[in-house]
Amino acid sequence: MIEVLPADGLVIVAKHECHTCVLVEPVMQRLDKVGPLTVITQDDPAFPRGVGRVLDDQQLERSFHLNIEAVPTLIRFEGGREVGRTVGWDRAEWTRLAGEAAAGEGLPAWQPGCGSRSVEPGVQEALIARYGDPGLASREIPVGEWDDPIEACFERGWSDGLPVVPPTDERILRMLGGTDRRPDEIVGLIPPNLAPCTVEKVAINAVMAGCKPEYMPVVLGVLEAALDPLFVLHGLLCTTHFSGPLVIINGPAAKAVGMNSGVNALGQGNRANATIGRALQLIVRNVGGGLPGGMDRATLGNPGKYTFCFAEDESDPDWEPLAQRRGIEAGKSAVTLFHAEGVHGFIDQKSRTPEELTRSLAMGLFGVGHPKLCDSGNAVLVLSPEHYRIFKDGGWNRRRIEDELYQALKRPGRDLVYGAQGVPEGLPASMADKIVDKFPPDGLLIVRAGGPAGLFSAIIGGWPGQRVREECQAVTHEIR
Amino acid sequence: MNISSKLRDPTAETSPTRRARLAPPPSLDGKVVALMDIGKSRGAEFLDRLEGHFRTAGVATKRYRKPTNTKVAPPAVLQTIAAEAQLAVIALSD
Repeated sequence: MIEVLPADGLVIVAKHECHTCVLVEPVMQRLDKVGPLTVITQDDPAFPRGVGRVLDDQQLERSFHLNIEAVPTLIRFEGGREVGRTVGWDRAEWTRLAGEAAAGEGLPAWQPGCGSRSVEPGVQEALIARYGDPGLASREIPVGEWDDPIEACFERGWSDGLPVVPPTDERILRMLGGTDRRPDEIVGLIPPNLAPCTVEKVAINAVMAGCKPEYMPVVLGVLEAALDPLFVLHGLLCTTHFSGPLVIINGPAAKAVGMNSGVNALGQGNRANATIGRALQLIVRNVGGGLPGGMDRATLGNPGKYTFCFAEDESDPDWEPLAQRRGIEAGKSAVTLFHAEGVHGFIDQKSRTPEELTRSLAMGLFGVGHPKLCDSGNAVLVLSPEHYRIFKDGGWNRRRIEDELYQALKRPGRDLVYGAQGVPEGLPASMADKIVDKFPPDGLLIVRAGGPAGLFSAIIGGWPGQRVREECQAVTHEIR
Repeated sequence: MNISSKLRDPTAETSPTRRARLAPPPSLDGKVVALMDIGKSRGAEFLDRLEGHFRTAGVATKRYRKPTNTKVAPPAVLQTIAAEAQLAVIALSD
């Protein structure tokens, strides 16, 4: 319980590390002699010297309740009410509030103060959580004095198998500071339980995933895209297939949050890549109730179901980024979501012309799902810089690469039907006389990423659910 | 419980905050019951009597024991019980 301030008199909030507070130390000593003065000190109980009533506020509770933004702050109370306040050192203001004893002979007429410790980055949210009303609607889960909060999260089933960051009020408030959207705004209904998900629930799961507050607009954009009915998130969750959501970020948001589109772009090591994708999965798990072995019926799954998120390399002005290809205005940030199985490495260190590389890539792409199937899912082709260089040097742009690959991915149905090549798996016999496309015209998404060295690209197979094109597709949404 | 911190629920809050107990099995047929002696005095006597009752009822049992009653059971003991038995009775006190 903190000591009650006197109903009448002066209160000064100060800290020793503030040069202006040190400058006015003689003024504080003088005021202490002429009237009731209380000094609230934020960092050093021995500061200021020569003042009778100094209250230690290293926990910043008083500073929080007095809404202090800078020090020194001089406040006059009368009858228990604040009747005047001034910030920093200003002789005219100090004498107006405290009389001639506050004249500060020999001091400059004015000197600005320093920021209050109570408003330092991250501190304000901690103080709200500790001393104020955080205004959060989600129910509180107490953790015992001797319990490890991370273990408590595991025990409650809130984790994907890796440790999560415990969602405390101060962390949630900081996360909510990353968006101007109201915490009680409902973003959408999360499958499989179709549970309403508020911005606050998104923030809680983003905390647990390890996101920074500035990722919130991206996380919200990713979630909204995932809830587009055309993405069929419920079906993707329930499937016995490998696939899960792949998140590809384009535009300034990717750079703003420091996403990786270069070396090891599909791998570990970048916080934004790792945690934005993980946040989506945790929301589906925790809010939607999509648990492996429950509604998630994957036979094998894939490691990308922990998180699978990267940014496109947009450094080449000749390259049309994926988001623009899919209708987003240049300069805007966007998320593309694709139903992805794992990464299949593609090696070609011999091709030197666009034509050679196209034929070679087609051989790799035929393998998506099964070499003899043409409705087993679309694909994302992640072109590495060295492979892209071959196309660029040949004068091929994105559209040309797409068109040439589309043509190269046509095959005679007789090679693919049931029993052909001694393999039962394949297309119906009725397709034997047709020329068959491996993917529909918009079924191959090409994106640039990767480190500068290595004639390796990546093929990411899709989900058989995509074969019903009018009902299930990759989606691209602007991030607002 | 002394509360040292509180978290916020990340779920849709459709289940109670206190986790429900596991439902008892409808039958002990084919089950193995672990009889766990935590090392308190006379715990073994209690488990001897229970073992006799289970035997009479035709229910298989296995005996386990903590090295000391002053510490929690080592993971190896818990893992062995989980691998070999479906239910457990713990002789808690003297």
